[in-house]
Amino acid sequence: MSVPRFWREIPYRYRLIGSYCENCKETFFPPREICPKCRRAGNIKNIKLEEEGEIFSYTVIRTAPPEFNTQTPYVVALIKLKNGPLILSQVTDCDVEDVEIGKKVRMVFRKISEDGEAGIINYGYKFVLAE
Amino acid sequence: MRKVAVIGVGMTKFGELWNSSLRSLTIEAGIKALNDAGIGGEEVDAIYTGCMSGDMFVKQGHIASLIADYGGMLPVPSTRVEAACASGGLALRQGFMAIASGMADIVVVGGVEKMTDSLGSQTTGYLALAADQEWEAFNGATFPSLYALMARRHMHEYGTTEEQLGLVAVKNHHNGSLNPNAHFQFDVSLEKVMNSSLVADPLRLFHCSPVSDGAACVILASEEKAKELSEDPVWIIGSGQASAAIGLYDREDICTIDSTVNAARAAYKMAGVTPKDIDFAEVHDCFTINEIISSEDLGFFKKGEGGKAVEEGLTSLDGEIPINPSGGLKAKGHPVGATGVAQAVEAVIQLRGKAGKRQVKDAEIGLTHNIGGSGGTAVIHIFSR
Ligand SMILES: [Zn+2]
Repeated sequence: MSVPRFWREIPYRYRLIGSYCENCKETFFPPREICPKCRRAGNIKNIKLEEEGEIFSYTVIRTAPPEFNTQTPYVVALIKLKNGPLILSQVTDCDVEDVEIGKKVRMVFRKISEDGEAGIINYGYKFVLAE
Repeated sequence: MRKVAVIGVGMTKFGELWNSSLRSLTIEAGIKALNDAGIGGEEVDAIYTGCMSGDMFVKQGHIASLIADYGGMLPVPSTRVEAACASGGLALRQGFMAIASGMADIVVVGGVEKMTDSLGSQTTGYLALAADQEWEAFNGATFPSLYALMARRHMHEYGTTEEQLGLVAVKNHHNGSLNPNAHFQFDVSLEKVMNSSLVADPLRLFHCSPVSDGAACVILASEEKAKELSEDPVWIIGSGQASAAIGLYDREDICTIDSTVNAARAAYKMAGVTPKDIDFAEVHDCFTINEIISSEDLGFFKKGEGGKAVEEGLTSLDGEIPINPSGGLKAKGHPVGATGVAQAVEAVIQLRGKAGKRQVKDAEIGLTHNIGGSGGTAVIHIFSR
């Protein structure tokens, strides 16, 4: 991956910045330039999303592509953010058996993957169990 | 709009076909279909080929030209169509529209994928190209994991069980054992499915379709040409396509695939039929949960009752609505770009009454359902004798 491809998404990946449509009063993540509900009538603004949420669905990945091979087994979940949308993220620092639908989680800042031996290191959000 | 018929079908065996290349597979299926239709290449007005990722699997782009060239079809206009695992179904729809519109009288629709030329370790990543790279795959989501998220939620909301997920595989393996072109031509027990290794909980190896090589082809014709050339044309009476959010994170409900619901509505409307009129269906079972979800979204069962329907045998070969008589993606195999076209091949063979031991009794109307990615694209066709 080239550095700009990663760098241009930093605000969203590091600080959980999403989009808010002032017309529909709806929040989206990842960011969008056009509101999927009201289209061009919408006025889209950046919004800082809550860093807390609860697990909507989850899975434990046992077979992964090379960038994630050393992390297996790891949990990938859809998380319903407080006052916000669903977000797909890893749930980390836990026994995979402890993950359940409905459990509260909070965001942490982590290394996501390495782009090979000489490539850049990708950082971003993961979540941990809050209780 | 003009009527469109299928006048010829052909496919390669699906499986790990180490002696065949991307181009040789495509040509083999094409020749079989042209022979079946009894026509020569000089009568063809256009070629549409579904191929998800020849670019990654064999590092070949510009597949449209390659196929026209090596198929001995120059200078026929050739177009490659890509919508992940729905590439084949979409190619069929392009061909259908070319004839319905009057732009073409005879069209070759192909689908192909040569998956085993890349290393197994890379294949997982290539399949994940169907997902949102920046906001799903970047975070470690694999393709099976997206369907695992749907499965977990479906189990949570509707009480769908791991056994029911497993029974889809058992049924489809049984059907595949009756199909000489299937990748897996053997039965599996529920116990074997339930004890297979976990890929992405709750999905196990035997809940997943395999990595296969293969190609399929159908020859489409206008009504006039079909009556002139064919004794047993099969008519495409409905075609529907719809898009939905590429990522699971932007779906209203991950237990339903909106693109299927919308494409089905369009196809049923065009055909003037309802789900009750369908005698059998080839449904996109890339993972067993998808057959359950889709059987609901297509209107065969109420939302949440797809798992129970499998358990009760309603979708078996002799059931109320046989699903995946060919063995489906699970057992017939899933060379991604070929799948949507191979579904059409099965529909035609069934409607001709030539499906042998897996023949659905008194089949008059069949449906094919092809999905791209985790549901970002769905394309549905309805066929009639
Ligand atoms: Zn809006």
